[in-house]
Amino acid sequence: METLTQNIQSIPLNHYIILCSVIFSIGVMGVLIRRNAIVIFMSVELMLNSVNLLLAVFSVYHNDPMGQVFVFFIMALAAAEVAIGLAIIVMVYRNTNSLDINVLNRLKW
Amino acid sequence: MINNYIWLIPILPLIGFIITGLGRNALSKGVIGFIGSTVVLLAFVVSLLAFLQINSTGQAINVNLFSWIKVGYLDIPFAFLVDQLSSIMLLIITGVGFLIHLYSIGYMHDDAGFCKFFAYLNLFVFFMLLLVLGSNYVIMFIGWEGVGLCSYLLIGFWFSNPSYADAAKKAFVMNRIGDLGFLLGVFVIYRVFGSVSYADVFDKAAKMHTGDSALVLITIMLFIGATGKSAQIPLFTWLPDAMAGPTPVSALIHAATMVTAGIYMIARSNILFTMSPVTMHIIAIIGITTAAFAALIALTQTDIKKVLAYSTVSQLGYMFLGLGVGAYTGSFFHVLTHAFFKALLFLGAGSVIHAVSGEQDMRKMGGLRKKLPITFLVMMIGTLAISGIPPFAGFFSKDEILAHAYEHNPIIWVVGVLTAMCTSFYMFRMMYLTFFGTFRGTEEQEHHIHESPASMTIPLIILAILSSIGGFIGIPGHHWLQGFLAPVLEKSTALLEISASNLSASAEYTLMGISVAGAVIAWLYAWSKYRNNQNIPVADTEERPALTNLSYNKFYVDELYDTIIRKPLDALSVFFYKVVELLGIDGLVNGLGGGTMATSKKLRLLQSGNVGFYIFMMVIGVIAVLVYNLFGF
Repeated sequence: METLTQNIQSIPLNHYIILCSVIFSIGVMGVLIRRNAIVIFMSVELMLNSVNLLLAVFSVYHNDPMGQVFVFFIMALAAAEVAIGLAIIVMVYRNTNSLDINVLNRLKW
Repeated sequence: MINNYIWLIPILPLIGFIITGLGRNALSKGVIGFIGSTVVLLAFVVSLLAFLQINSTGQAINVNLFSWIKVGYLDIPFAFLVDQLSSIMLLIITGVGFLIHLYSIGYMHDDAGFCKFFAYLNLFVFFMLLLVLGSNYVIMFIGWEGVGLCSYLLIGFWFSNPSYADAAKKAFVMNRIGDLGFLLGVFVIYRVFGSVSYADVFDKAAKMHTGDSALVLITIMLFIGATGKSAQIPLFTWLPDAMAGPTPVSALIHAATMVTAGIYMIARSNILFTMSPVTMHIIAIIGITTAAFAALIALTQTDIKKVLAYSTVSQLGYMFLGLGVGAYTGSFFHVLTHAFFKALLFLGAGSVIHAVSGEQDMRKMGGLRKKLPITFLVMMIGTLAISGIPPFAGFFSKDEILAHAYEHNPIIWVVGVLTAMCTSFYMFRMMYLTFFGTFRGTEEQEHHIHESPASMTIPLIILAILSSIGGFIGIPGHHWLQGFLAPVLEKSTALLEISASNLSASAEYTLMGISVAGAVIAWLYAWSKYRNNQNIPVADTEERPALTNLSYNKFYVDELYDTIIRKPLDALSVFFYKVVELLGIDGLVNGLGGGTMATSKKLRLLQSGNVGFYIFMMVIGVIAVLVYNLFGF
């Protein structure tokens, strides 16, 4: 346990932040640009994971387990979200034979 | 002991109102008429017993029914006070009221609203009794408003005629103006004395200085209330218009009872008024001006009820003159006799109108003496009484007021005597135009002429008897009424006697002689001018001499009020409606609604349903929030 903490702390905090920002931005770009609903979904997971990573790192640097608790919460939340989201996506595919979100504009007023 | 049954006096007519009002569709006219009259008769019996007890013991009856309003220091019990003053008023209201109910059974017999009419009459009697019985100003105010309401309902009884409905509205609005004054007066009374009950207020007032500004304010306010209810300048124009109501209403409300409420109220508060001489002067001047002014208008009227209406205004002016010069007894005496002979005259006029199929224009009457012998006889008695010919009732009361006016100021007396001459002239003019000469109406009307049924003539005869002998309760020297009312007026009399110089008997007889001579001269002048169909007033379309025209058109007072009050108010309300309401308030409210609608019309286009676009906007939003937080824009 000690070594793990030391290993994490051996890399400067800035590097983590930059890495997470990059991953997060990739996720955002994926969400914005891609048209396939499943890929968008995966991009969202990417964003969540970048945040999780950052939370874990901060938690280690501050000697505060709170961050890691939050990571678990977020993962549980993401799992639930995936269950519902995939169900929705399956239903959408059945109805439209497509996963292109630009086709999905029937939910407006 | 009658004390335990005083509450029956107002309750009986109220019960009558409830029965006649609720049963108006279920009960027959005979039953309604019987119930409506009987309750008033029973109230009269109770009032008579109360009067007899007071007459024998001289003690006022105080009945505390229940605690009504009790908030903090304000404690207003629902209590009745029957003393010398109110017991006489009770007799007038229930006695004359009963006769008029009886008369109405005959007069209103063919009217579709017969039952409604009796319900209103009973309600009126209830409120009037409340006004008189109350032992504090607040209960008086309930009655005061109630009689105003009933007056409105009854003037507008034939409301399907728009001009009648307008007359009702006019009466209502004018009365409200006066009522505001009365109400403010009561507020000031409470502020100054900390109580509204007569006993407390008068006791405390008697210890103040004469001419205290608070007293002046109170009395002026109360007097404004009185001018509204009792049709004095400047609020007198509603009373002649009130003749739109059925004739029994004119007799009961607009001659015998409601219009005397102002006089009753001032006589009741006599100590307050006696202690503010300024108000007394104002009352005297308003009174005599109204008396003369209304008499001048009455000279040329052609509608039989309008003549009587202006004569009522004029007589009420006399009563206020009496109050203003401190002749409270004389004034109240005139209230009493006037109730008899004016009710008689109105009911007589009703009998005439009934006979000639609803015609009210004297130009189309004439020669009714032979066909309506009873009506003619009683009307003659009423005319003699109001003209001040001895020994009829009006002579004594009017001369008592005039004698006091002479002590006060000879100029007022001169105007008073001239007014009395006018009274005599227009009353005999009315008699000659109506009953003498030959009939001038249509043949159909002439064929129809008949004496009224017994239910109408009996009240007339009773009132005629009262008008003949009623004056003897106040003969100078043996003034029963003065002695009777003395306890009520005790405090004022003590104050007034310091200043008053009593007239010698010979001077008083001279004054009487002059006024009687004046009345007789006016009578003879009317006789020379109007007997045998001479000088029938011209039709409305023809030219009149300037002065006659002025009087015929009521000195254009209504038109004056129209110009200086109604038109500016109308213009103001049009301004408020068109500019403030339509542009300002409506514009604001509708503008908000319209603005929201227009914006949403544009904004809803953002809802394209395109998920990518939504997410893009979300990210833009997140970035905006971040930028805002990080850089603190």
